[in-house]
Amino acid sequence: MEMANAVVFLAAAILMGLAAIGAAVGIGNLGGKFLEGAARQPELVPLLRSNFFIVMGLVDAVPMIGVGLGMYLMFAVA
Amino acid sequence: MASSGDTLTSSEYISHHLTNLTFGYHEGTDSWRFVDTSHGIMPEDFGFWAIHVDTMLWSIGLGLFFIWLFKKVANAATSGVPGSVQNFVESIVEFVDDNVNSIFHYKNALIAPLALTIFIWVFLMNLMDLVPVDWVPFIAQEMGVGYMKMVPTTDPNATLGMAFSVFFLIVYYSIKQKGVGGFLAELSFMPLGKWFLPFNLFLEVVGLLAKPISLALRLFGNMYAGEMIFILIAMLPFWAQWMLSVPWALFHILVITLQAFIFMVLTIVYLAMAHDDH
Repeated sequence: MEMANAVVFLAAAILMGLAAIGAAVGIGNLGGKFLEGAARQPELVPLLRSNFFIVMGLVDAVPMIGVGLGMYLMFAVA
Repeated sequence: MASSGDTLTSSEYISHHLTNLTFGYHEGTDSWRFVDTSHGIMPEDFGFWAIHVDTMLWSIGLGLFFIWLFKKVANAATSGVPGSVQNFVESIVEFVDDNVNSIFHYKNALIAPLALTIFIWVFLMNLMDLVPVDWVPFIAQEMGVGYMKMVPTTDPNATLGMAFSVFFLIVYYSIKQKGVGGFLAELSFMPLGKWFLPFNLFLEVVGLLAKPISLALRLFGNMYAGEMIFILIAMLPFWAQWMLSVPWALFHILVITLQAFIFMVLTIVYLAMAHDDH
């Protein structure tokens, strides 16, 4: 395997690893706040839940873009 | 997937499943033709005048199916006891209507139908990802079509097309509500006041462009990663496939609905922001 291919794999690995960290920390925090809010006011849970999913989609966007690009790098470039 | 008797290596299998049915002008052979990686006609040699025929077929086909189904239900709608299809369609329309009403507080007859179209169309296109990886490409191969990617939203062209349409609507409604001067003023004088115009303009233009690009790439990234994992699972031995593909397919059902919902909600939010008048 030549150097160029090896470097592309390494780049894809770093890309996906950092994306995973970002997504996990962000959504973990968000989920924690959601649970706190749900514990404080259980009658608001449906409203909080739908807003939780909306914000989760936003937080997940850039890590998902990273995952998509990483997959593309691993399989279509190298 | 074997073509004409020879077996593929695993990377050939993967790249075969990731290639769209590109049709266009190929400079090497100076002809209008389909892509054919086994004979050296690669997708990247096609240049600008190329179209992904499979994406177009599936996206337009699914759009027409959605329109036909909902129109049929709307025409046959009764106010008595509804049938199950009418129930289902009504619950979806009510769901979209609730979401639009909670986010969009202005008067615009386009937003709710647009939201419904985006939600159902994106959901149907994503749903194609749950069909087993090899079924449709195998049938297409038997009919002589070399490549067939069933999921239009794994093609960034499709998602960027939808996102650019939403971007066009954002700019159109901004200019319609605030006038060209008002729109440009909002870009130049927010957030820091008129003495920081270049800085404001830079931030606001980046923010404005980030909206459609993030819409498109969020959907593309989710769907591409999902499809890729299905392809990788398909390369396992047949006795090991069920253990992985069932949990992943279950998770994927959540992801496709969520991504369609997020695309719809963000479209409504961006259009509501376009109607905002300070």
